Amino acid sequence: MKTANRLTPYMFMAPAALIMAIALLYPLGYMVWGSFRDWNPSQTIGEAEFVGLKNYITLWGDPNFRESLGVTLRFAFFVVTFEMVIGVGLALLLDRNIRGMSVLRTLFILPMMIAPVVVGLMWRYMYHPTVGTFNRTLDGLGLGKIDWLGQHALTSVIIADIWQWTPFIFILALAALQSLPRSALEAARIDGATAWQQVWHIKLPLMMPVLIVTGLLRLIDAFKVLEVILVMTEGGPGLSTEILALRISRTATEFRELGVAAAMSNYLLILLLGLTLAMFAFTRWQEARARRVRAAAEEDL
Amino acid sequence: MSQSHQKQNPAFYAVIACLVFMAVGPVALMFINSFKLDVDIISGTGGLLFLPTIQNYETALCDVLWYELDHLDFCSLKFGGAFINSLIIALISTALTLVIGCMGAYALVRFRFMGRDTVSLTTLMVRMVPPAVLLVPVFGLWNNEFCLDKDGLLGGLIRDAFGGRGDVCLAGTHSGIILIYVAMNLPFVIWILQSFIVQVPRSLEEAARVDGAGPFQVFFLVVLPLIKPGLAAAAIFTFRIAWNEYLLASALSDRNTKTVPILIVNNMSEFNVEWGVIMATGMLLAIPPIIFTLLASRQIITGMTAGAVKG
Repeated sequence: MKTANRLTPYMFMAPAALIMAIALLYPLGYMVWGSFRDWNPSQTIGEAEFVGLKNYITLWGDPNFRESLGVTLRFAFFVVTFEMVIGVGLALLLDRNIRGMSVLRTLFILPMMIAPVVVGLMWRYMYHPTVGTFNRTLDGLGLGKIDWLGQHALTSVIIADIWQWTPFIFILALAALQSLPRSALEAARIDGATAWQQVWHIKLPLMMPVLIVTGLLRLIDAFKVLEVILVMTEGGPGLSTEILALRISRTATEFRELGVAAAMSNYLLILLLGLTLAMFAFTRWQEARARRVRAAAEEDL
Repeated sequence: MSQSHQKQNPAFYAVIACLVFMAVGPVALMFINSFKLDVDIISGTGGLLFLPTIQNYETALCDVLWYELDHLDFCSLKFGGAFINSLIIALISTALTLVIGCMGAYALVRFRFMGRDTVSLTTLMVRMVPPAVLLVPVFGLWNNEFCLDKDGLLGGLIRDAFGGRGDVCLAGTHSGIILIYVAMNLPFVIWILQSFIVQVPRSLEEAARVDGAGPFQVFFLVVLPLIKPGLAAAAIFTFRIAWNEYLLASALSDRNTKTVPILIVNNMSEFNVEWGVIMATGMLLAIPPIIFTLLASRQIITGMTAGAVKG
């Protein structure tokens, strides 16, 4: 009889650990190392000159970088806020026993599954100043045309992202709603709470833990968006839609300043690390609280 | 909160119809436009009244069609080749990620070993790394460090077989792109599969062990079949990322290993966009994920909720 010995877990873990070490952790360390150097693509990292914190300091004083950081933060903030409000609202509205709910959910997740490149392509067509669907409709209605990807580029990009990712929030909020304890809702109904009171005082507070995690997940993902914006506006006009991810890729490929791009990546990474830690701390705190509540309930018995 | 099944406010159905229209509308629009000639798209007359043509698809797939096209002198768009590259890269990286990921997830769930907490925490942390952050180091490493010396034994063999002058590097090969995709998707797959493996009753595994199965047999013959829904969800998510990813592929691929997203972006950035052909290529890229969504939406939703609710 072969039994699991002490080496077994390591054998199961080894391939995953090896690949992540080689292709994720080592590159991240390499990036941190490179961010202290004046490095261009034709040099290997050993040939690049060590410049200390210069890249970070230059970036901090660079108005273009600040603009780009501002655009990123604005994009993430508006996208997550609108998606949470619309997604949770729809979940509360559609949480009923209707036929064909599974078909509906299937149709709703479609936008998420399609390639960001293709999403950008569709929206770029729809926003097109002359042949695009929106302006043609506005024209047909006798209203003026709107310069979607020009003057209102950031708004247009945000709308496209809301279209693609609201379903994500919707599905998770719906799942949270449907797993709420029936007894609490039943009690509220018997006590004569109106639909609004049920939503405000029972459903939303009970859903809150899942909603916060969902929101943080979405926020982390909002910083990863790149392809949709690249295809729609290429960061323009000017810097109006140039989010950090796009700026990193342009600094590396167009301006050929790998060191600066690495320093920028590091700033982004620190930002995301903070968010991830916040999410982690929140779930831990949530679990601890749930445990305390359970312990208290057992003592009462 | 009415409990009746069908009697709802008509306004409610209007809202649903409106939502469905908003969700599917843009995709349908692209689908319709991919069958239109550029003239029809730009003149915009008629909306649905046009003569559908597959000419755009023919132009896109000209390098793999077996017959000559009348409307095209020269096949500039190598879509067929890119499609095959995308398929190879997405399928192999999905398969590898799944196998390696579920082994890792199993170890994290079922065993207590030294370094387990570190591995688990690291996995959780690297999940948030955006592809853009990996761009610079991956470009540098894959081009300069992950290379075999051309004078070495293995490097020399590969160079003789495939040609080329310099050292044999990972950049520009399918394996190079596959490696980074596997690494990028592993944290997510491990995370999502953990919540499925926890649910497998331990007694089943113990019974198999008493019957004389080794740990690997237990894993492959008992645990894996029980977490099929989780595997399906993880597979779809991994495939979706590998199939749709643009940035890292564009940094790592060369002329022969281009994937479809790169091709589409390259054709978009040109001044005069051929909308019909672009829409056709976009549609071809979107079809596999759409098929998966229609076939396995239940698994996708389970996977999504398992991933988020179990932080």
